[in-house]
Amino acid sequence: MWSSLPSFVAVYPETLLVVVASVMALVDRWITRKAVFTWATIVTALLALALVFLTQGTTFGHAYAADQYGVFFKTIFLLVLFLVALLAPGYNQLLGINFGEFYALLMYAVTGMMLMASTRDLILLYLGLELMSLSVYVLVGLLYAELRSLEGAMKYFLLGSFASAFLLLAMAFLYGLTGTTNIEAIAKALLAANLSANKALFLSAALFVVAFAFKVALVPFHMWSPDAYEGAPTSVTAFMSVGPKAAGFAAMGRVFLIALAAAKTEWTQLLVPLAVLTMFTGAVLAVVQTNIKRLLAYSSITHAGYAVLGIIAGTKEGMAATMLYLFLYAFMNIGAFSVIVLMRRRNFLGENIFDYQGLSKTHPTVALLLLIFLFSLTGIPPTAGFIGKFFVFRAAFEAGHTALVILAVLASAIAAYPYLRIVMLMYMKPPEKEVEISLNPYIFAGLMFAVTGVLLFGVYPGPVIDFARACCTGFLP
Amino acid sequence: MIPVSWYLVLTLFLFAIGAFGFIARRNVIIMLMCIEIMLNAVNVTLVALGRGLAHTTAHVLVFFIIAVAAAEAAIGLALVVLLFKKTREIHMDEFRTLKG
Repeated sequence: MWSSLPSFVAVYPETLLVVVASVMALVDRWITRKAVFTWATIVTALLALALVFLTQGTTFGHAYAADQYGVFFKTIFLLVLFLVALLAPGYNQLLGINFGEFYALLMYAVTGMMLMASTRDLILLYLGLELMSLSVYVLVGLLYAELRSLEGAMKYFLLGSFASAFLLLAMAFLYGLTGTTNIEAIAKALLAANLSANKALFLSAALFVVAFAFKVALVPFHMWSPDAYEGAPTSVTAFMSVGPKAAGFAAMGRVFLIALAAAKTEWTQLLVPLAVLTMFTGAVLAVVQTNIKRLLAYSSITHAGYAVLGIIAGTKEGMAATMLYLFLYAFMNIGAFSVIVLMRRRNFLGENIFDYQGLSKTHPTVALLLLIFLFSLTGIPPTAGFIGKFFVFRAAFEAGHTALVILAVLASAIAAYPYLRIVMLMYMKPPEKEVEISLNPYIFAGLMFAVTGVLLFGVYPGPVIDFARACCTGFLP
Repeated sequence: MIPVSWYLVLTLFLFAIGAFGFIARRNVIIMLMCIEIMLNAVNVTLVALGRGLAHTTAHVLVFFIIAVAAAEAAIGLALVVLLFKKTREIHMDEFRTLKG
């Protein structure tokens, strides 16, 4: 079997990212024009995206498969990389962190996410998760001259590693029950041995729920997320609020819907209360926040609560809805963070929501952009956020979780307040202080791209949802 | 031979000790040690299960875990050093810049 070199075609996109990232980290010292790294990242992201669509097949003894399910998630991750590479240069230059390692770490993290999305083996899932997490811990602490960046990184690191240990124990139990780490083989073994009522299987499912709940920040495992989001440089916050979260859901899909399909009732039982708690806690705590990064952190907790509804539904339609949700969430959330990045000046954080007061008078276009992103996060038609919510709620409803959907709608009514409060401040209050905007061509392009995505997919989501459904065919019955 | 179930009980105890220590102690270095205990508890399970099932998969996974734990410790300790240089403090309770 190993007499000839196996084909590595399936991992070409990841290989490209790792090679470019490593070169960038090495040559940073000799390149003074840091714009080179931005361009290299953008070009690599687009090339990798093309490769993702071109490559097929499995490698590493069927542990890694470039299948359709992975393609959709990889599109999200590379889209996030692309948008963050556009948002970052101006802001990073201002803070003195616009160096090769920043982009290299982003790419390593994306590689880890891509491994998580395409893995067919628990070992590879763990390695992808760690590659992603370790890169993001460093990114959060990149601004180490500031205490809050270090503090955020430390909290994220401690709880992230704690969660990884739970994930490993869950994997060890599953391995002990079935004697394999291959996800499909686990599913078959569990069904064949009729283990669905086994105590160890329940324990393993519970541990998986805890581990993934930490990774995608479901209440009560969310404590790290507001601190890490606030402490991290805003360019990193934009990245980690979408990328690792989407990767967590990709892995949840693989583990819960495929490997643990036999224990569906058990993990549904555990996820439903977590989802309800997450939606309400995130929405209520966002109301009292005055730091916009923290507010968006709680908002992203709420959004994880909605996205998990698709997993709870457990159907093909549900998974497709979650995937669509994450795809659209990338546009609106990174768009909103781009506006926050615009506000940052050398001696002005621009993170307090009262800094946005009267923005419509001083900078009408910026205010309009933020309005669109916030409406989308609220879920008001005709923006993308409405479409995303509509499909997840419908999928959960069709799967028979009526009460859960009613609660989700109630939670999204509460969650509307913090967003609309910012809109109110921008449009109905007179400006209090002079706010300057630091616009550059990159972030302008990024904002235009994000706002186009939000509006376009808000009125015409057909192709994306069809693509998501097509990606789930063959993955789920 | 000692049956595999004994190892599993040992593991659960070790893991619980690690998890409890992580939650109860506030010293960052001790918390890092507790994470190591949890990871090593998993390693013991995997080695025991691998031997019970006569597989090599579990042993391979153990090597991966050890390698990743080393990388994790490197990042964790780097963060501790940076925090200590800045604040002369390694208790998590004392870091209160981020709240709300």
